[in-house]
Amino acid sequence: MTRLVLRRAVEATPTLLLLTFLSFVLIHIVPGGPATAMLGDQATPELVAQINHALGLDKPLGVQYLIWLGHLLRGDFGYAYTYHETVLRLIITNLPRTLTLVVTAIAISHLIAIAVGIYQATHRNSWLDHVLTGAVYFLYSMPSFWLGIILVSIFAYKTGWLPAGGITNPTDAHPSLGARAVHLVLPVATLVLLTVAGWSRYVRSSMIEALVQDYIRTAEAKGVSRGRLLVRHAFKNALLPLITLVGLSLPILFSGAVIIETVFNYPGMGLLFWDAAGSRDYPVLLGIVVIVGVLTVLGNLLADVLYGWADPRIQYD
Amino acid sequence: MSAERAATGRVALRAAPAEGRYARNWKTLRRHPLTWAGAAGLGFIAGLCFLGPPVYQTAPTAVDILHTLRPPSAAHPLGTDELGRDVLSRLMVGGQLSLEVGFAAAMTSLVIGIAYGLAAGYGGRWADTVMMRVVDLLRAVPGLFLLLFVNSVFKPSAALLVVLIGFVAWHPVSRLVRAEVLSLRERTYVEASVAAGASRLRVALRHLLPNAVGTIVVTATFGIADAVLLVAALSFLGLGLPPPAPNWGAMLATSMSYLPQNAWWLVYPPGVALLIAIVSVNFLGDALREAFDTRLRRDL
Repeated sequence: MTRLVLRRAVEATPTLLLLTFLSFVLIHIVPGGPATAMLGDQATPELVAQINHALGLDKPLGVQYLIWLGHLLRGDFGYAYTYHETVLRLIITNLPRTLTLVVTAIAISHLIAIAVGIYQATHRNSWLDHVLTGAVYFLYSMPSFWLGIILVSIFAYKTGWLPAGGITNPTDAHPSLGARAVHLVLPVATLVLLTVAGWSRYVRSSMIEALVQDYIRTAEAKGVSRGRLLVRHAFKNALLPLITLVGLSLPILFSGAVIIETVFNYPGMGLLFWDAAGSRDYPVLLGIVVIVGVLTVLGNLLADVLYGWADPRIQYD
Repeated sequence: MSAERAATGRVALRAAPAEGRYARNWKTLRRHPLTWAGAAGLGFIAGLCFLGPPVYQTAPTAVDILHTLRPPSAAHPLGTDELGRDVLSRLMVGGQLSLEVGFAAAMTSLVIGIAYGLAAGYGGRWADTVMMRVVDLLRAVPGLFLLLFVNSVFKPSAALLVVLIGFVAWHPVSRLVRAEVLSLRERTYVEASVAAGASRLRVALRHLLPNAVGTIVVTATFGIADAVLLVAALSFLGLGLPPPAPNWGAMLATSMSYLPQNAWWLVYPPGVALLIAIVSVNFLGDALREAFDTRLRRDL
């Protein structure tokens, strides 16, 4: 296991380095730097040059990259141009919020997807199976922002049951855990509804595949109870691809979080990125890309480790 | 056949198919209920967007400040927006741009993806390793982040959006095409063709590409659905298609400001249109997948 982790870390290093390099170059070659964004109408060539000099943007690109990378390796993500904070602080504030959103959604979505998928696989071609298949199909094609808007219009404006957005009540100086949880309901529900569709479809088809295997018939002949048969014998095997799938869908979940955070005005990494893109805050943009890249690599590694744990047949060497 | 053999004294080696190359796929496709459901849905939306405006002659940008945010009525079947503009005509005209840009973007990413996948799969080991590293890298960055960033820097326009989505969305296509090529290139007919002296380019274009057509057609179809959705999402975020021309994503973004007034006629028409378009394309994709019998699974 240690060797697997080490090997994957070594493999991931050039990928991550290339990621930092390419995003750095991409961000810096595009026209219209932060100086013009900061100055707006008052931009004169002298002022722009002055700001560029102050920010070190007048040095050669390669030099800028190495300086930035050197700082990065020491854990220094730089100072955000527009937030009057270090990028690291911004990320430390915003990342847990996005992770709370995404991880809660993944967990709930899995429980539902597994239950629905197993039910559908064991009650194949029943009317409820058909209804669920149809519902899943529509959810699967649903634009995330539209789903979010519908939920807000119904549960926040029409009924007034839930807050429309934000993470706490703006007037509440010391919000309780309950108040925070209430603000999470709609964004999490949106993300759950979107992801549950694909995953339950997946559970259904791999359960159907697993249920016709010989070992299921053997277990059945041995007199294994129905519940144990489904969970221990069939589901454990059907689960395997799902683990990899979650690892692979991390970037997509982050993309989804950008949209959902915008709809619900939920101040996480997505909203931060969207704001920073508007003001061309290079250090913030780069910091987020690096963090998300690292998280994706870690997520895939975690999926591999879990995979090896769930399936003892897999031997990593 | 036997008479022919007797007459010429030779075995007729031509295994000429009596029907065209893809006749069987076409037959399955025609019989699949999802094909018709998808075609009907897509036909409805395309008819609405492209044939609607000449019939329903109301300017989508005509402002009427005396009748703003009106619910559906005889004069405005889908109501009016915050500037008193007719929602139905905006829906129809906005759909044109949303669909066209999505389609063009999907085709761009398809062309790039096919070329890249063919080159990686049939270009030798070294090229494959390097090229797939690049794909791994792209997979580690959420596509929306990349698009948001580049769009915030350039002034967004329809043409730019096509190019950008093309350059961000090609890598799943290239992975599928490469995987297909890796298995196809070991087939006997490829070996035979190489033995007969065919150039690598000829093998790639004449043998590998036509045999990967199932994978390509299915991927392309799902790609259109994804691209239409992506264009709408970017426009919703304010970094897609530029105003004042209407489009579905931007219409939905505006609708959010009028949720407290319960202006449901701003929320549902563009969303339903978008959903019908995407579901229909997905229906077609699933029907095609079965027609070509590819075990292709969509990336979530």
